[in-house]
Amino acid sequence: MFRNLVRLLSALSLVSLFFFPVLADASCDDPLGCVEVEPDDPIVVGAMLVVSGAINYLGEDTLGGVELALLARDNSLLDHEIELVLEDSLCTAEGGQVAAQRLAADPTVVGAIGTNCSSAAQGAIPIISESGLVMIAPSNTSPSLTNSDIAAGGSHLPGYFRTSQNGLIEGMRLAQFALRALKAETLATVHDGDPYTEGLSRAVADTFAELEGDVVFQGAVNKGDTDMSSILTEIAVHQPDVIYVPLFEPESNFFAAQMTHIAGLEDTIIIGGAASFSSSFPENTGEAAVGIYVSGPLVSGDAYEKVLEQWVEEYGSDPPSGYHAHAYDATNLLLEALEAVAIVSDDGSLMFGRQAIRDAVAATENYPGLTGRLTCREDSPYAGDCSPGTALAVFIITEAEVFDDNWPPPLAWNFSVDTFD
Amino acid sequence: MFKWKTDEFSWVDFTIDVLRVLIVLGVVIGAWNTLSSGRISLAQWVNLFAAGLSQGSIYALIALGYTLVYGILLMINFAHGEVFMAGAFTTVFFAEALNRTGFLNEQPLLSILLMIIFAGLVSMTVAILLERVAYRPLRGSPRLVPLITAIGASFFLQYTFRGLYGSGFKAYPQVKMLQGVISVGGINIPIVQIFVFCSALVLMLGLYWLVERTRIGKAMRAVSENKEVARLMGIDIDWVIMFTFGVGGFLAGSAGVINGMFRPQGVNFFMGFIPGIKAFTAAVLGGIGNIPGAMLGGLFLGVIEAIGPNLVLAGLGIPGANQLKDVIAFTMLVLVLIFRPQGILGERLAEKKA
Repeated sequence: MFRNLVRLLSALSLVSLFFFPVLADASCDDPLGCVEVEPDDPIVVGAMLVVSGAINYLGEDTLGGVELALLARDNSLLDHEIELVLEDSLCTAEGGQVAAQRLAADPTVVGAIGTNCSSAAQGAIPIISESGLVMIAPSNTSPSLTNSDIAAGGSHLPGYFRTSQNGLIEGMRLAQFALRALKAETLATVHDGDPYTEGLSRAVADTFAELEGDVVFQGAVNKGDTDMSSILTEIAVHQPDVIYVPLFEPESNFFAAQMTHIAGLEDTIIIGGAASFSSSFPENTGEAAVGIYVSGPLVSGDAYEKVLEQWVEEYGSDPPSGYHAHAYDATNLLLEALEAVAIVSDDGSLMFGRQAIRDAVAATENYPGLTGRLTCREDSPYAGDCSPGTALAVFIITEAEVFDDNWPPPLAWNFSVDTFD
Repeated sequence: MFKWKTDEFSWVDFTIDVLRVLIVLGVVIGAWNTLSSGRISLAQWVNLFAAGLSQGSIYALIALGYTLVYGILLMINFAHGEVFMAGAFTTVFFAEALNRTGFLNEQPLLSILLMIIFAGLVSMTVAILLERVAYRPLRGSPRLVPLITAIGASFFLQYTFRGLYGSGFKAYPQVKMLQGVISVGGINIPIVQIFVFCSALVLMLGLYWLVERTRIGKAMRAVSENKEVARLMGIDIDWVIMFTFGVGGFLAGSAGVINGMFRPQGVNFFMGFIPGIKAFTAAVLGGIGNIPGAMLGGLFLGVIEAIGPNLVLAGLGIPGANQLKDVIAFTMLVLVLIFRPQGILGERLAEKKA
C-alpha cells in the first residue's frame, strides 16, 4: 500500500515537472519567454557597473544617473516598486561575463543598465543576448560593440543598446579637431589593447588619414605598464604634432608625466580620451597635465540642470564623471519600453515579453533625453546605437584643475556649437 | 666554450651553443640596424639609459630583500613585492599630509627622509610579522611548503591593504625640488632620476657596510654559511633571521618612497606584484644570495628593459617592440638560467644550498 502511494506521488511529481511550467507560461507567446511580476512583487532592473577598481568613479557616476532616473518615477512603474540589482562588472571581459551570468540566472530581471567599459560589454553581450535579456550601456564607445560583422571584428548581438556615442563618431570629430582646430599635420596614436582604447585610436587615425593628415605612429602599451620611456622615445623619432592617447588611469598619468622628460616631444600636444575625463587625472598627473586636451561628454539644458541639482541634493557633491546623463537616459529608455509592452492583469500582476522589450527599445525614435534626441539604429556598424552623438566636447586641463581642484575643466571645443573653418 | 667539439658530442650542448650564437647574432644585427639608421638621437639614448638606471635602482633595492632572505634561509620570499607595496601605499597618506601642510616643498629633503624612514618602518614591521607568523613555524619543513606559504602571504597582504586603503589608485605629491632637468653637454637629465639613483646607491652602500663591517653583519654571514655552527658560536639564529627580514623590509619600503618620487602615480594594493617579480628576476640575474649581484642585476635589468626594445627589437623589425619590455626581462632570466645558472656574480652553489 505504502509502496503504491510512493509510486503515485512520484508519478504526479514527474507529471507536474513537465506541465507546470507550460501552464505557468500559458499566456506568454513571446518567442524569448516572459518575465512575470506578481501583484506585490517589485520589477527587478539589473545594473552591471564598475563598482571597484581604478575607475570605480565611472560606476559611481552612472549608478547615480540610474538612481536619479528611478527616483524621478518615485521608484515605481505600473504600480510596482522598482528594485535595482547591482552587479560589479569591473572593467574587464571576465567581470562583464560574471555580472551578466548573475543577472541572466535571475528569472525576475527584466533588463539591465550597463556595462561601463567596452571590455566588460564584450564579456556580457553573448550571455545577455543568449538569455533573451536587454542591456543598455551608458558609457561603452567601442565601435566593435555595434558592428554585427563578426568577421570584421564586430561583436554586436541582439539585445545590446547604448546611449553613449559610438567611437566612430568620437574618432571622426577628434581627428577633425586635431587637424582643423589644432592645425596638426602629423598624428600618433597609442592604445592599451582594450576594445575601447583600440577602437577609438583606430577611428581617430582612420579619419585623420582620410582628411589627408599624416598618421606617423600607431602603437600600444600594456595595461599595468609604468615605464613609458620606450614608447615615448619611439614616438619622438616620428615627431608628431599631436598624440592621441585614450588610455585609462594610471597608464594615462604615467604617459603624460613621463612625456616631459623625452627629448623631441617638447612641443607635441596630447589629446586624451574620456577615460581621462575625471578630476583624478590632473590631480594624479600633476603639472604635466596642464595643456592636455581631453574629450568628454558635455550635456546642457534645463532638464539636465534639474538633474544636477537633484544629484547634489541626493549625494552632497558634484558627479565624479560625465556619463550620469547617459545612464539617466538609458534607464528611461528601458522603463519606457517596459511600460509600453507590459501586459497588466486584473489582479495587478505584470507580464513582460523579452523579445517585446527588445523590440520596444529598438523602436525608440526621437526620444527627448538629457543627452539629446535618442533614436536607436539597427544598421551595422551602428546597430544598437541610440545616441545622437551630440553630447561631446573637448576640454583643456589648466592649472586650476591641477592645483585648485577645479572640475570640470574649461571647454576647448564644443562640437554642437563650434564649427571648423 | 663549444663543449661538443672537444668532448663527447651531445645534442643538448650543440643546441645550446646554436641558441647562444643565434641570440648573439640577433642582438648584434638588431643593434647594428638601429644604430646605423640613426633614428634615435644621442640625447634620446641618454634619456632611456638614465630612466633605465633609475628603474633599475628600484629593482635593485627590492632585489636585495630577496637575496638577503635567500642567503640566510634558502627560501624565496614571494611576498616581498607586497612588503614593498605596504610601505609605499601607507606612506602616500603621510606624503599627502606633508604636502597639505606645505612642509613637503618647504623642507623637501627632510620630508623625503621622513617618508623613507616611515615607509621603511612600515615595511620592516610587515616583513618581521611575516617571518614570525608565516615562515618561522615552517622552518625545517620541505622547501616547497614556505614557498607556497609565501605565495599565500602575498595574496593575503594584497587584499588586506585593499581592505584598509581601498582599490583605487593614489599618487605621491610631486616635489618641486625634484622637477626640472640638469643639462650635461646639451643633454637634459631629469633631476628626479639623479635623485633616485643617488638615494638607492646610498642605501645599497649602507647595506654593504652593515653586512661587511658590523657585528650583526658578521652574524648574518655566519648564519648564512652554517646555522648550526653559528648557533654553537652563541649567535641567536632567530634574532638574526628576523633582523635580516627587517633589513630587507626596510629597503623595500625605502624603495617604495623612491619609486613614488620617480613614478608618483599608480599607487595601489597591486603595485608590488610586477616590481616584485622583476626584482626577483634581478636577484637571479645577479646571482641570488649575493648582495653586489642583486645590486648589479637590478641595474642591469632596468637598463636592458629601457634600451632593449628600441635597440634590439625595433632593429629586428619586430612590431610593437615597446610592448615586449617584460618579455625582454623574463627572457633574460631564462637565458641566465640556461647559460649561467649561478647568475652574473653568483658562485656555483654547494649541493646543500642548490
